[in-house]
Amino acid sequence: MAFTNEQLERYSRHIILKEVGAKGQKKLLNAKVLIIGAGGLGAPVAMYLAAAGIGTIGIADADEVDLSNLQRQIIHATKDVGKPKVQSAKETMEAMNPDVKVVTYHTFVTSENIMDLIKDYDFIIDGTDNFPAKFLINDACVMAKKPFSHAGIIRFQGQLMTYVPGEGPCYRCVFKNPPPKDAVPTCKQAGVIGAMGGVIGSLQAMEAIKYILGKGQLLTGYLLTYDALKMEFRKVKLPSDTHNCAVCGDHPTITELIDYEQAECDGVHL
Amino acid sequence: MTITVAGNKKEVADNLTVAQLIADENVETPQYVTVTINDDFVQSGTFEETVLKDGDVVEFLYFMGGGQ
Repeated sequence: MAFTNEQLERYSRHIILKEVGAKGQKKLLNAKVLIIGAGGLGAPVAMYLAAAGIGTIGIADADEVDLSNLQRQIIHATKDVGKPKVQSAKETMEAMNPDVKVVTYHTFVTSENIMDLIKDYDFIIDGTDNFPAKFLINDACVMAKKPFSHAGIIRFQGQLMTYVPGEGPCYRCVFKNPPPKDAVPTCKQAGVIGAMGGVIGSLQAMEAIKYILGKGQLLTGYLLTYDALKMEFRKVKLPSDTHNCAVCGDHPTITELIDYEQAECDGVHL
Repeated sequence: MTITVAGNKKEVADNLTVAQLIADENVETPQYVTVTINDDFVQSGTFEETVLKDGDVVEFLYFMGGGQ
């Protein structure tokens, strides 16, 4: 399929890059990315992927937009309060770029539906805010052999890593099991600086784009950590021995998806 | 002896254990931290008996759950 004149202009700053070119831009337009969570991380991921011309973007979230979300969830606006986040996110993405087909899933992601949700996508973004969801996404992506980007943000800190099947450790290699409910701060009580979602979410979008283009080095085998107060990024090498992992190892003991108990915090789901 | 902790070199007592280092470093939620030494995971539950050596490179990996 040839580019229209409008597309040539819209994507000109991509097409001029030798790592992208017309061929790379076509890959982006043909790619399908699923974003789980339309919040602090999911918002910038969705916007940069839409702007980049990712042809199909799926977005899953069971929540509605709340006024307290707007300090960081830049895909939603004041007029969207009360609206399903996936609907608000879809409207913003479609307004940004009519080339993008947005598929919405106004639902919780559980062991029952996740395999169906991820199966048609090339790359998955974990933009969730709780450990049960993070472990569920990891295990499902390992089992379905799907690459994904993990990220977490809290206070002035963020982290991310990229999993590609067979190319390095998964999230469970690093963290064996979710911490007990409320043992580690995950929720609104701890707070997060709004721009942190922008920093880390943009890096997740970057990983998805590099994966689709097949260019550069992904954050496989590393955990990138960011401390905004110290203004320090660290790329921490992870052990490469994945043989003993309970889900991606040689003899997995976790062969079915698990719905761990959700941390109790008001109005925060995915 | 000299070890590297989270990218910073520091002088520590000989035969320091991982558990003692975790206490010295004021690691937040120490029972849920993942520790690596020289790019190998330290099994959780063995922090008390894992003794550090001169030149070891130690990393603490923390759960970070937020995102919405």
